[in-house]
Amino acid sequence: MLYENTITVLYVDLSSRTTRVEKRADLNDYFGGVGVAAKLFEENMKPELEPLDEQQPVVFAIGALGASIYPAINKTAAMFVSPLTGELGESYVGGRLALALCMAGYDAVVLTGKYSYPCYLSITGQGVEHKDARPLWGMLSEEVWRAIHDNETPRGNRSIMRIGPAGENKVAYASVNVDNYRHFGRLGLGAVLGSKNVKAITVTGDRNIPIPSDSFKEYFKVYRSIFDKITGTDIMKKYRGLGTAAYVLSLNAMDAFPTNNLTSGHFESVEAISAEAFAEKNLVRKMACAGCPVDCIHVGQFRRQFKNTGYEYEVVNTNYDYELVFALGSFLGLKTTDEILMLIDAVEETGMDAMSSGVALGWATEAFQKGLLSTGETLVPLAFGDTENYVKAVWYIAGAANEFYSLLGRGCYHAAQVYGGQDFAMTMAKNEMSGYHTGYGILVGSVVGARHSHLCNGGYELDRDHEQLTSQEMVEGLLKEEKERCMTNSMIICLFSRRVYDRPTIIAAGRAVGFDLDDAFLTRIGQRIFQTKMRIRDKLGFDLKQVQLPRRFFETPGLHGVLKEKVAKEMIDLYAALVAEEMKGSGSAG
Amino acid sequence: MNIAKILKVKEMRRCIGCFSCMTSCAVVNRHNHSLAKSAIKIITSGGLSGSMAAVVCAGCTGVRACAEACPTGALADREGGGVTLLPERCTGCRKCVAACALGAVHFDSTTNKPIICKHCGVCTQFCTHGCLEMEEA
Repeated sequence: MLYENTITVLYVDLSSRTTRVEKRADLNDYFGGVGVAAKLFEENMKPELEPLDEQQPVVFAIGALGASIYPAINKTAAMFVSPLTGELGESYVGGRLALALCMAGYDAVVLTGKYSYPCYLSITGQGVEHKDARPLWGMLSEEVWRAIHDNETPRGNRSIMRIGPAGENKVAYASVNVDNYRHFGRLGLGAVLGSKNVKAITVTGDRNIPIPSDSFKEYFKVYRSIFDKITGTDIMKKYRGLGTAAYVLSLNAMDAFPTNNLTSGHFESVEAISAEAFAEKNLVRKMACAGCPVDCIHVGQFRRQFKNTGYEYEVVNTNYDYELVFALGSFLGLKTTDEILMLIDAVEETGMDAMSSGVALGWATEAFQKGLLSTGETLVPLAFGDTENYVKAVWYIAGAANEFYSLLGRGCYHAAQVYGGQDFAMTMAKNEMSGYHTGYGILVGSVVGARHSHLCNGGYELDRDHEQLTSQEMVEGLLKEEKERCMTNSMIICLFSRRVYDRPTIIAAGRAVGFDLDDAFLTRIGQRIFQTKMRIRDKLGFDLKQVQLPRRFFETPGLHGVLKEKVAKEMIDLYAALVAEEMKGSGSAG
Repeated sequence: MNIAKILKVKEMRRCIGCFSCMTSCAVVNRHNHSLAKSAIKIITSGGLSGSMAAVVCAGCTGVRACAEACPTGALADREGGGVTLLPERCTGCRKCVAACALGAVHFDSTTNKPIICKHCGVCTQFCTHGCLEMEEA
């Protein structure tokens, strides 16, 4: 906790409805954020049990520097056993959650057990309450948010997270929606909460956090300099302007924009779904997370006629970003911004990860085309560009409408094991791919990354910024960046602002609020967190040698042409050797 | 000649909900990280999908309702509009809080005194979207 040399952990057991708070100085070795989350997760996970066993923990943690104390440091980490991959589930969210936890006085929350019937958990600085959520069970994300927002007291600095029907039905990539338009998206935290009968969690706090008089001047100077760097320079301009959707045109120009289930890296109708098209036709508002002056949340609007006769329209506002335009746009061949927003809305309301939903539907579409599936399974014919049926299919997945959709809800890796088409089920170590067909960096980076995300080590940047790296250079670059992100995620600095928060800035920010930071400490923290995550991964049974990559990755040309499977495997082996070397020192306290 | 200025809420439709105004007010005026200490409150009625509103002293001139309600004379008229808190006279009775029709007198339960906007303008320096401005009284 800021200005206290200890980490405050709230433990809640949902089965017995018991709570305890511990102040743990020993967790300072992990600094905060993902470090503290990883340590707490390692202590509480049960590798011998299934991912959705009620004894499995969910851990939330905020960064070492608190939340919203500096601009763009405002995220919360979650750790859980992923029902999608069976291994480490790690996800981050912005919005107001970190601020609310900080103001409630908790650095981390550990949930274990299961409610005997649907409830929602209300966390305040005074403790917790377990509230009946039976009337909320079955509600869509927006409905349940509205019900709690309007009825729950107190208000003030409050954050509301909740699951939709997909989480209740334990879809393995069900998300948790947080506040508005923010999500714990990937790897199925929604299913984990659903399995615990947790429909929602609210966090409220207004704790007094005085700034020590001897540090005020320096703190405010650093705060202002970071604020000016974020708002007064071009470093974060792209997020403030067109937003991440600006990558649509640039990645398409690199032949790296996954289209029609990655049968191509180039989308013919790209202009119509570009960030520019969204901005001109649909953008109605831009928003920010608490404590960040960058309005990167882009809200698009579309209207939909709901009667065939008469002028009856409903208006829908929903958030779009690059990953959504890829997964629920080009990957499924959708050709207009309105159609993409319509599909995003369905995914948002049911409470699922947009990327996994789109990629799973991409596989299902091609499997349908190839005759591996029929309408006996899919209920409606699936075809690239057919938005109406994709919207129906999203609801079928969320509702586990039949045996096929139940299986598709476990991820397309699992579905392809049963129905075939493994060569084009576009997953990286069972997690559905991200929207970058840029080369070995993204492919190998996602496989070896602790949570198989494009965000683990930013492999696509290595692809983009270098013509050709040797296998050794590539894996060294991936490892270095993953450890560095472990360090920045101990403060949970928003990845969008990673070029603002270089090491000198991080050190100045930390020192101004009483942390004696230096380069050696930051390196050590990154390494320790990385080692902890690797230990967790091993205990949960992940083995790099067992990873099977779909053929399609090695057939469709991307930024650097067609990739060779042999080279990718060589890099994975090299990375495994580097990690083994790294782990030799993991027993030391550092 | 130094003309007194007051804070004016201008274009709340442009607000992005970043809370930087609240952060800077609490930090500069109260040396505190808690947004509860800020004299300006950004209310997201209906969350981010709803409309935004700023609840802050409107800088009343003439009879100030908050000052009028104060039984101990702890709120003095501020030149140009609004009031100034005289903390030594304040008993923490909260009558000023109840008197403001805007709900713009907030209360600090740590100090047991109202949080009174000084119209210092620091919040406007951290508003990147021109929602808040200082105006000459």
